[in-house]
Amino acid sequence: MMAKKGWDEFEIGAMLRTFNGKIENIAATQQQDRDYSENSSYTASVADWRLIKPIFNKDYCIDCQFCWVYCPDVSIISRDKKLIGVDMDHCKGCGICVEVCPTNPKSLLMFPEQADEESEIANWPKKDEKEA
Amino acid sequence: MSEVKNIKNLKEFSTSADRFEGANLLCPGCAHSIIVREVLNATNDDLVLAASTGCLEVCTAVYPYTSWDASWIHIGFENSSTAIAGAETMHKALKKKGRLKQPDRNPKFISFAGDGASYDIGFQWISGCMERGHNMMHIVLDNEVYANTGGQRSSSTPIGSSATTAPAGKISYGEKRNKKDMMAIMAAHGIPYAAQVSPNKWKDMVKKIQHGMAVEGPVFINAVSPCTTEWKFDPKDTMNIADLATDSLVFPLYEIIDGRELNITYRPKNVVPVEEYLAAQGRFKHLFKDEYKYLIKEWQDRVDEKWAYLQRREEARI
Repeated sequence: MMAKKGWDEFEIGAMLRTFNGKIENIAATQQQDRDYSENSSYTASVADWRLIKPIFNKDYCIDCQFCWVYCPDVSIISRDKKLIGVDMDHCKGCGICVEVCPTNPKSLLMFPEQADEESEIANWPKKDEKEA
Repeated sequence: MSEVKNIKNLKEFSTSADRFEGANLLCPGCAHSIIVREVLNATNDDLVLAASTGCLEVCTAVYPYTSWDASWIHIGFENSSTAIAGAETMHKALKKKGRLKQPDRNPKFISFAGDGASYDIGFQWISGCMERGHNMMHIVLDNEVYANTGGQRSSSTPIGSSATTAPAGKISYGEKRNKKDMMAIMAAHGIPYAAQVSPNKWKDMVKKIQHGMAVEGPVFINAVSPCTTEWKFDPKDTMNIADLATDSLVFPLYEIIDGRELNITYRPKNVVPVEEYLAAQGRFKHLFKDEYKYLIKEWQDRVDEKWAYLQRREEARI
């Protein structure tokens, strides 16, 4: 975070640069390979908004990517058609990813923010039998 | 002419490198950013973007942060469309004069605006852009209310919805006027492409956006954007509400080509009663009181009538 400006020090218009220096072919460059400047919100965090957090259990994931496409906060990290995990700096804990997950049991579930990832994955709910 | 990105399925789509960043200040579960991501990921081309004042603008450009990885400008409430039209005209003029440093790069010009900035405040500006035939796309993020300033009614707010300037109470059932048919107005300009999209139908959305980018001339896109704060539902249900909106035909998905040819692009297998759509949202809660129940029937009739009209238009090909 840069030093805060006083009210009379702002320019009328402001221009923010997302990247340090030039970037070639951005559409082929994944986020981790981009050189973000301190003005990009990629370098900020909204993790303190969250009361509940998603935990990803890759054992049940079928890489359908529903959570990736419906995540409002670009927080589901997917590379080479495989789901890698959740970006906890940018996740606001809305729970859409869990809602759209089609597997049984779900491969993403919401837990309280302080929950421990390893122990929750060890105690993952079992498959729901369909009611006859 | 630049290549159209090949997106056959969701796995292929998921290899896209996002050009919209997290840690924006939109509410958890906001559909705006889902729509923006689907639009930006639909192409590999360079982008020149603008946004009108509204939730999207105030939340993604909070000094000193920006959430956009593409050229993006915000000027005023009414003029995202004209700002983009100006940029497009300048690009065209510089190209003609041979003063572009990279003349082979053809950026796509897209303006985003909320329903307030499109249906009410920016209406005249958008109409001008559509009439002048700029090679641009205007996308409305239609959440049917001025969500940014606290939920005042806009001309997109549907009948019976409780808004802060049209509240439901003892003597009123909330908003009394029906939603403006913006699609028909824009199609009447004779623009090459106008379409209605929904974030839950990502494939339909990507197809329409790519078609809109490929055609020469102004394109109008109306995207339904369920608002967890003003529609009053749980953040996790955003996609369920969008499903209900498309499956109950409250928000039918169709496209109008050249202002004449109408194609319905999504026909739900099981049409859901409008009542379910209304019941899922807090803003329609009062309609389920005995004295207002007749409004639900009116809603259903209105939706059926509109659907029948769209089908007749599609058949008639006029």
